[in-house]
Amino acid sequence: MTVYILCFVLFLVGLYGLITRRNLIKIAISLSIMEFSIFLMLVLIGYIDNGLMPIVDPGLSAQVYVDPLPQAMVLTAIVIGLATTAMLMAIAIRLYRKYKTFDIREMKNLRG
Amino acid sequence: MSTIVKRVTPLLAGLILLYGIYIILHGHLTPGGGFAGGAIIAGAFILLILAFGSSALNLKKEVAGSSNTESIALLMVVVLALMALLFGTKVFFFNYLPKGEPGELLSAGVIPLYNIFIGIEVAGAILTIFLALVIFKEESSK
Amino acid sequence: MELTISIILGFMIIGAIYALHAKDLLSAVMAMGIVGYGLVICFLLLKAPDLAIVQIVVETITLVIMVAVVLDSTREELAITLDRRAILQMIAGFIVFAGLFYFFILAIEHLDPLGAHTLRMSETYVNGAVELTGSVNLVTGVLFDFRAYDTLGEAVILYTAALGVLTLLRIKGKK
Repeated sequence: MTVYILCFVLFLVGLYGLITRRNLIKIAISLSIMEFSIFLMLVLIGYIDNGLMPIVDPGLSAQVYVDPLPQAMVLTAIVIGLATTAMLMAIAIRLYRKYKTFDIREMKNLRG
Repeated sequence: MSTIVKRVTPLLAGLILLYGIYIILHGHLTPGGGFAGGAIIAGAFILLILAFGSSALNLKKEVAGSSNTESIALLMVVVLALMALLFGTKVFFFNYLPKGEPGELLSAGVIPLYNIFIGIEVAGAILTIFLALVIFKEESSK
Repeated sequence: MELTISIILGFMIIGAIYALHAKDLLSAVMAMGIVGYGLVICFLLLKAPDLAIVQIVVETITLVIMVAVVLDSTREELAITLDRRAILQMIAGFIVFAGLFYFFILAIEHLDPLGAHTLRMSETYVNGAVELTGSVNLVTGVLFDFRAYDTLGEAVILYTAALGVLTLLRIKGKK
């Protein structure tokens, strides 16, 4: 159970960075850290002791395999995380060209 | 970049491309599949762009080529899924090609075709994102 | 197994805390690499080689994009001023974190201990995969045959992200 609690501590570190940091790059890093903690937790739930990799050997009889369903979900989620981070970086570089800073408190002026 | 990098990088990028194609094609036999192979192929092209610099390419043509490739690959995935409405039980996304022996390269029905097209689509998308950032950097620093 | 993963998670937490407090943005991006590559080792220990391949390549591409963005703009971090507003924010944050932590402890009492997972939903997938789909790799069979709609949705999300980046970073041409 300690592993689950440590995963949640990593999630809380990411959430702390999301709330208290003012730099846009650090906010993007915190989002990424939160996503990584969730991936690890999902794969940890599906792990079976002394289970094999989910590649079936056609010659052997029924073995115990690790759960393949959380792995399929996390595989999709990793690529989606890349897409989200890339879009956030595109927004960040656009905002830097306009306001010359990454500070989110200076970006409040909604000029036309 | 220096001359050593410019000589070694085409050899390395060729090997990485070949490895990516191997992982896509054997996606139903060994770990890997469409997403891993597509990302590796995109990595090979990104390595070439980083080594030779953005002034050695015709950037507008590159991004047009990569975004057309990813659009056509995504369209082929939907066409393959719709063709399942014609054969066998008429369900969307059914596995209608014959499944051979498990463990051979030509087995598992329509899954190797899905792997190939999803791999091309993922490679095209990641390359388009990277090229868009490079073009923005070039254009706004002129 | 639990001890090894706990040690690697400890390193990841230390790397994450450093990444949020670094004075230089390039150091912060490099410290995010610790979290990403530590995750690769965890995936390999948990018998998930598909995920390890995808995570290592995607993490490298993410680091290349972030370093390109940071080096093109500023590298310095703004000074943190500990005024009253920041301290009140941190205290409120910690109270919320304590509440979340209490509810998390309540929620994981119903989970099986690590390694004693019972396959409730994947029983059909694991037993019938080789006959029904014909593929020896179970994760590919689940992704492309049993759960093909999720794969289609993910491909569309990646396509939309590429389209969005192309639209955001467009410079109006000069006539």
